[in-house]
Parts: sequence; C-alpha cells; structure tokens
Amino acid sequence: MDAVDAARWQFAIVTVYHFIFVPLTIGLSPLVAIMQTAWLVTGKDHWLRLTKFFGKLLLVNFAIGVATGIVQEFQFGMNWSEYSRFVGDIFGAPLAIEGLAAFFVESTFLGLWIFGWDRLPRLLHLASIWLVALATNLSAFFILAANSWMQHPVGAIYNPETGRAELDDFGAVLLNNTLWAAYTHTIATALLVAGTFVTGVAGWLMVREVRAGRVDLARAVYRPAALIGLVTIVASGAGVAVSGDWQAKLMFEQQPMKMAAAEGLCETQTGAGFSILTVGDLSNSCEGVIHLIEVPGLTSYLATGDFAGEVQGVPELQEYMEERYGDTDAAGEPVSYSPNLALTYWSFRLMIGFAIFSAALAVAALYLLRRKGAVTGNRWFARLCLVAIPMPFVAASFGWIFTETGRQPWVVVPNPTGVDMVRMLTSDGVSGVVGLGKVITSLAVFTLIYGVLAVVWVKLMSRYASHGAVEVAPPPDPEDADSDRPLSFAY
Amino acid sequence: MEPHTLAIVWFVLIAVLWAGYLVLEGFDFGVGMLLRPLSRDDTERRLVINTIGPVWDGNEVWLLVAGGATFAAFPEWYATMFSGFYLPLLLILVALIIRAVAFEYRGKIDDDTWRNRWDWAITFGSWLPAVLWGVAFGNLVRGVELDADHQMTSAFVDLLNPYALLGGATTALLFLTHGAIFLALKTDGEFRHRARRLAQRLAVASAGVAAVFVLWTQLAHSGKTWTWGAVALAAAGVVAALLAIRAGREGWAFAASTAAVIGAVVLIFGSMYPDVMPAINDPANSLTVANASATPKTLTIMTWVAGFLTPLVLAYQGWTYWVFRKRLTADRIPAPVGLPLRAEAGRR
Ligand code: HDD
Ligand code: HEM
Ligand code: HEM
Repeated sequence: MDAVDAARWQFAIVTVYHFIFVPLTIGLSPLVAIMQTAWLVTGKDHWLRLTKFFGKLLLVNFAIGVATGIVQEFQFGMNWSEYSRFVGDIFGAPLAIEGLAAFFVESTFLGLWIFGWDRLPRLLHLASIWLVALATNLSAFFILAANSWMQHPVGAIYNPETGRAELDDFGAVLLNNTLWAAYTHTIATALLVAGTFVTGVAGWLMVREVRAGRVDLARAVYRPAALIGLVTIVASGAGVAVSGDWQAKLMFEQQPMKMAAAEGLCETQTGAGFSILTVGDLSNSCEGVIHLIEVPGLTSYLATGDFAGEVQGVPELQEYMEERYGDTDAAGEPVSYSPNLALTYWSFRLMIGFAIFSAALAVAALYLLRRKGAVTGNRWFARLCLVAIPMPFVAASFGWIFTETGRQPWVVVPNPTGVDMVRMLTSDGVSGVVGLGKVITSLAVFTLIYGVLAVVWVKLMSRYASHGAVEVAPPPDPEDADSDRPLSFAY
Repeated sequence: MEPHTLAIVWFVLIAVLWAGYLVLEGFDFGVGMLLRPLSRDDTERRLVINTIGPVWDGNEVWLLVAGGATFAAFPEWYATMFSGFYLPLLLILVALIIRAVAFEYRGKIDDDTWRNRWDWAITFGSWLPAVLWGVAFGNLVRGVELDADHQMTSAFVDLLNPYALLGGATTALLFLTHGAIFLALKTDGEFRHRARRLAQRLAVASAGVAAVFVLWTQLAHSGKTWTWGAVALAAAGVVAALLAIRAGREGWAFAASTAAVIGAVVLIFGSMYPDVMPAINDPANSLTVANASATPKTLTIMTWVAGFLTPLVLAYQGWTYWVFRKRLTADRIPAPVGLPLRAEAGRR
C-alpha cells in the first residue's frame, strides 16, 4: 500500500460513513416537519407524540452527521492538497457557499427547535424545523455541485501558465446536467431511506402493541406514521428509478468507460443486453468474462434510449483514451483507464437490488393496512420491517461506491465535449508532503473512532425506537405563562 | 506582484470569520473546559451544558465557513496549510468529533457512568482545540519552512517551538476566562458567584500570559506600526474584563473579553499580511495574499454571496442569543429525560 492507496481508503471510509447518516437526516427532517404541521393543524395528540418520537431519532442521527461532516471539510486539504490546488478556484466556492447558506441555517434553527419548544411562539417553532429541512436539502445541492463537477467538469478552463483549472462560468457549474440528475437521485434516495425507516419503525411498534392488546394505541399512533412512510416510499421509489435512468443516459455520454465497466462489456455492441449475472476472474481484464443471464437490449436502451443502440466496450475505450490522454502517467507508469470491473459491475447491481426490500415492505404494508383503520399484529410483517430498515442505507452506499470507483483512475474526469485539459488522475491529486505513515495514522484513528460511534449510534437508535412514541405533555403556550419555564426538551 | 483588491478583501473576511469563530466557540470551549471543575453535581453540569446547548453547533459552523472560504478564496493557502499541519489538524478533528457527539448523547441515557464518559469527552474535546488553535496560529505568524513549490516541509516537532506554545497557552487561558465570564452571565444564584470568582482569577492569569504573547508578536513578527492598535485592544480587553467582572458587570466583562479575542486575531492576521504563510527559510517561497489567491472571477462571485448572506446569518444568530437570553439556575433544570441503559426487564 502506498500513500495514494491509503488516502483513497481513508476518503472512501470517512465519506461513505458520513453518507450513512446524511440521507436519513435529509429525508427525515421534512417528515418530522410534516408531522409537526399536522399537529398544529389538527391539534391531535398523536401527531405531537410522533413529532417528538421521530424528532428524537433525528437528533441522535444528526449528531453523527455533524461530527463526521467536519472531517469532510478538512480532508481535501489534508490528503488531497494537489487536487485542491488544481481545482480550488472552482471547487472551493460551492463548499464555502454550502456553509454560509445551509450549515448556518441548519445548526442555528435546529438549536432553536430543540430548545425552543416552550420559548418560541408555535408557528415560529414550526418554521424552525421546516428551515432545518430546507437547509439540509440545500446543503446536499451544493456538495453535489462540487461532486458533479468532478464527474463532468463544466464552466472551467485550463490555465497553462499556472497549470490550474480556473472558473469560467459559475452559472454553468450550477446548471450542470450531471448535478441536477444526481441531486434528484440523491434526494429521492434520502426520502426512500427515511420512508423505509418510518414505516419500518412504526410497523414494528404497531405489531408489538397489537400483540400486547393495545390495539387502540396502534391504530391511533402507529398507523398514521406507517402511512406517511408508505406514501414516501412509493413516491420516492418512482423518483429514484426515473432519476437513475436519467443518470445512466448522462453517464453514457459523459463517462462511457464507467458504463462499459458497469455492464462488463468487453466488446462494442449494438443492442447490448443488461446483464443480471456475469462472472469473471478478478484479474480486472476482459478475458474470462462470461455473461450468464441477460435481458436483451436493455443496456442499449438505458444508455441511448434505443434497444438497438451502440455501446462501446472496455478495450475500445482504453485504446481511444490512450490515444487521447497518453498511455503513461506523470511518473511514466502505464495507465489503465478502466476502473475495477468487478466492483463497478457489482456495486451497480447491489444499489438497485437492495431497493427490493423497500418495495416488499411497501407492498406488505399496503396490503395489510389497506382498509380504513386497519392495524396488524402479523409477526412476519414485524420481521420484514426490521430487515427492511437498513437496506436502503446499504443501497445508497453501493450507489456511491459505484459512482466514485467507476470514475477511476480519474479524480476529475475529462469532459468529452468540453475543455478536456481540465482533468486529473487520482494519483496526481494526493498530498505530496503527507507520507504513508501519517495517512495510515489518520486512517486508523478515524476508523477506530467511527467504529465506536457506530456502535453507540445503533444502540441509541434502537433503544429510543423500541421505547416507542410515548405520551408527552403538550408544551406550554409561550404566549401566556411566566417566562421562566425550565428547558423541557433540553439535554 | 500586487494583490488584487478582492484578494485583500477576502484576506480581511477570512480574518473576520476566524475572529467570529474564536469569539463564539472560544466561550463554548471555555465552558466545556470548566464543565468538570466548576460544577458540583450532575444538575450543575447540565446547567453548564445548557448555557451553550442551543448555540454551540452554530458557533462551530464559523470554522467550517472559514475553512470553506479559505479553499475558495486562497486554494494554495488551504492546500499548503492543511497538508502541512496534518497531525495537529487530525488531533483537532478528533476532539471536535467526540465533543459534538458528547453534547448530544450525554443526556440520552440516564446513567452515571455513561454521562461521566461523555463529560470527559467534552473536557478533552474542548481543551485540545483551545490549545492547538493557539499553537497553529503561533506557527502561522512565526513562519514555517516552505519549498519553492509551496509545500510545507517543517517537521511536527518544529511546530512545538516556545513562541507557538505560548500562543497555545494564551488561547487556552483567554478561552477559559471568556467561558467563565459567559457562565457568570448566563446563570444565577450561587453558581453565578462561583463562576464570577473563578473568572476573576483566570482574568489575572490571562492578562499576564497574553501580555507576553502580544508583545512578542508585535516586536518580533509584526514590524507594522498600526498593529500596536491591536495590541492595545487586546490589552485593554483583558484589563477591562477583569475590572468589569470585579464590579459584577458581567455583560461588560463579556464584551471586554470578546474585544480581547478580536484584538488577538487582528494582531495575528495583521502581522502576517501581506503573507498568508511566511516562509522562515526563504522569504521568496512565502505564500502571499497575491500568489495564493483564487482568480478575480471566483472572488467576485464569492463577494456577492458573502455580501448577501453574512448579514442574514448575523441577524438570525443574534436573534437566537436573544431568544435564549434568560439566566439559567440549577433548581429550574428539569429531571433527566434520558432512558435507562436497558429496557426494563418484563416491560415486554
Ligand atoms: C436507495 C438507494 C438507491 C437506489 C435504490 C438506486 N440508486 Fe442509483 N445511486 C444512489 C442510490 C440509489 C446514490 C447513492 O444516491 C447515487 C450515488 C451518486 C448519486 O448521484 O447517487 C447513485 C448513483 C447512480 C448512478 C451513477 C451516476 C454517476 O455515476 O454519475 C446511476 C447510473 C444510477 N444511480 C442509476 C440507478 C438506477 C437505474 C436505479 C434503479 C432504478 C437506481 N440507481 C437505484
Ligand atoms: C462533494 C462530494 C464528493 C467529493 C468532492 C468527493 C471526492 C472524492 C475524492 C477526492 C476521492 C479520492 C480519490 C479517489 O480515489 O477517487 C473520492 C473517492 C471516493 N469517494 Fe468521493 N467525493 C464526494 C462524495 C462522495 C460520497 C457522498 C461518497 C459516498 C458516500 C463518496 C465515495 C467515495 C469512494 C467510495 C471513494 C473511493 C474511490 C476509490 O478510491 O476507488 N464520495 N471522492
Ligand atoms: C452527497 C454528499 C453529501 C451530502 C448530501 C451531504 C449532506 C450533509 C448534510 C445534510 C449534513 C447535515 C448534518 C447531518 O448529516 O445530519 C451534512 C453535514 C456536513 N457535511 Fe455533508 N454531505 C455530503 C458529503 C459531504 C462532503 C463530501 C463534505 C465535504 C466537503 C461534507 C461536509 C459536511 C460538513 C462540514 C457537515 C457538518 C455541518 C454542521 O456542522 O452542521 N459533506 N452533510
């Protein structure tokens, strides 16, 4: 392992870890806001209980998202300083704007929401959680603007004098079609994660209460929550599929090598099939790749919108790229322009595949709860709930592993229709002065701390989830009463 | 090479962001450092944490924005500084991670061992950055070794020189004082008196240490006449804080310790200018406002964005402090709301 590998492992671990918590925050904060709105509009007690219940889970989750986010902001400079020098003129701006426009709002109004139950007028308090929801979704936009620019650099020019990429058109960076596809897909994913979470938790509690003879409780509290989650799963599931299809089409244009790798396509084909199962050896070469099961024409359709469209294979693309970008890197080593084929192929399928569980949960819930006021005490449903909850998290992680490893060996992928001097190999982006020892140290430290935090997170989440949406006293109306009330929702 | 006007503007803005960060998180570091020594039981600890509960996360975002703004406006500076200060930054990150989680998690389980562990995390997570930011800024002012490609080549031990260590002692003491004053300002009753007494003693100690640090900075590293103004502001701040807290005027004392922190930040950035990272081995290798900055186009966009958003941020953050302006007392801290460590056996 050299410093580049260690830095890549570190980036992969800390970023994927950050993104375990992020989608739940993005998706759950609007759902909590909806529950609180329902409480204010209907005045019904169970909405308040649900708001506080899912609100607590949101906070437990939020804490780790924040803590791990700090690392993200710093690690570009720490481990990827050559990359930072090269792209800073363009890449830094969305990061800074994210902080100014989103993180400030998010952290401030979350503090107001947690501590403000009995300090703020009801509407203002409600507005706080809506602002938090808005800001988390806004932060995703800016961070994805940065990431999508690496996938498809637009609005930038190369300055041969400094050897750096420079901003040409910031509007183009924000209107990047890669960005809008990725943003839609990521937000839909986040809602799928949160919808599955809400239905899973509420469904499991419903079964528990029904079996304990508290049918009224199950009907009054957990049924509405499960339904909110259900609607979210259905709507976001459709969003995920449509936006994923959009991304696939863009990927074919912008990163044909990633597409070929995702399909294990070893020769240029017309009417290429979508492989369900392909085996190969792990030598990362095309020899020995055998397609066992495939859906005829589907890959061509995904990529081009035409079942008979032409899709290029890995060797042809390698040849083309060697011609265009040279066959050696800065150090004179030969470059392979294809990513890890097995990883790319499988992560793509696992991303899509794990969504099956959310779909199954939705179908089961739809069936069991279809009648007005229906609740269920079905044990199998409770088990399905528990199994389904973590699955979209896993799917989302594989989505990122696919996106990020599929663009290797590039850290900034050359834009085939733009200025293709704006490009950088991953191995050229790493910090020159940070030796292997330092990177290994930080890799070990982060892995250790994150491991411990993961255990604590799972423990707290399950502890609070199984505690259930207990009865809560309505917060005193801040407009009357003495102003010296204790901080009821405080630490 | 003359710096672009906007590059100078952004140098100033980054100084402002750091000043905002060190003033705001400065007191909540102080509060975290005093969590264990100042409180006598768990209720008081919760009192202490609740004084910063609604605001510490917003305070920390000032750091994220300072980092992001440095990346956008001075990519070379961001790249060189963060890769060069690798190990100290790693320690700071570790501290900030466990501290953030500790605030949120300590009350979630109603169990003494659990709370105690997180309280240590808060203590450690507040001390470490309070000291290390001072060490880091001391080294920025003093200069580090840079090669012709702007790569920082100083070894970790070079960063632990006497001047930088004095910088660390100064920030730690200033934040302790600032935090004790904040606690006196935000609490009432017996606790408030205790915080006030401690603040007086801390103010004396920081006055002594800070005086040496600012004079050393001014005489050895600044060489500019106008930075004497910053020296005066820092000195006046510490002394006024001491006098005001003696007189029981906590609001004024807090304003004064705020001024002291601002004075120190102005002095640090003023001494560096026009460098952002002076090279101690060869001045020709220094990173400067001119050679480290982004292009005018990026700077223009960032200026518009910051011009619109910064006043807004100041307004709603200020409003938050106003919403939570009430003093807290131990007898009004409600019973712990955390769940027991394990679900009660037999509940279901
Ligand atoms: C629950 C999670 C989940 C599910 C069920 C899906 N995706 Fe996805 N996918 C993601 C979560 C995700 C993600 C984590 O959010 C990614 C990583 C980067 C991104 O923008 O979204 C992603 C990336 C991603 C990319 C890569 C874009 C690129 O590299 O530029 C493509 C082509 C798709 N997805 C396509 C699909 C299709 C056709 C799906 C099935 C209908 C699908 N995804 C389901
Ligand atoms: C703004 C958003 C992002 C940026 C700027 C970014 C940038 C980078 C960089 C610089 C690397 C190191 C070079 C490399 O090995 O590819 C990398 C690798 C990686 N990133 Fe991202 N990333 C972003 C978002 C994410 C997210 C959200 C995830 C997952 C949750 C992710 C997953 C990965 C993985 C798995 C790698 C390892 C790839 C490999 O080394 O083969 N990235 N990314
Ligand atoms: C698709 C990728 C990402 C998305 C959608 C995303 C979104 C978010 C969200 C919603 C939060 C709020 C806190 C929480 O998670 O509970 C957060 C925290 C944070 N994220 Fe990420 N993030 C991504 C990747 C990254 C990357 C690559 C960076 C590095 C630049 C980053 C930097 C941060 C920071 C600094 C915080 C802490 C903010 C705070 O204190 O409130 N994120 N992120």
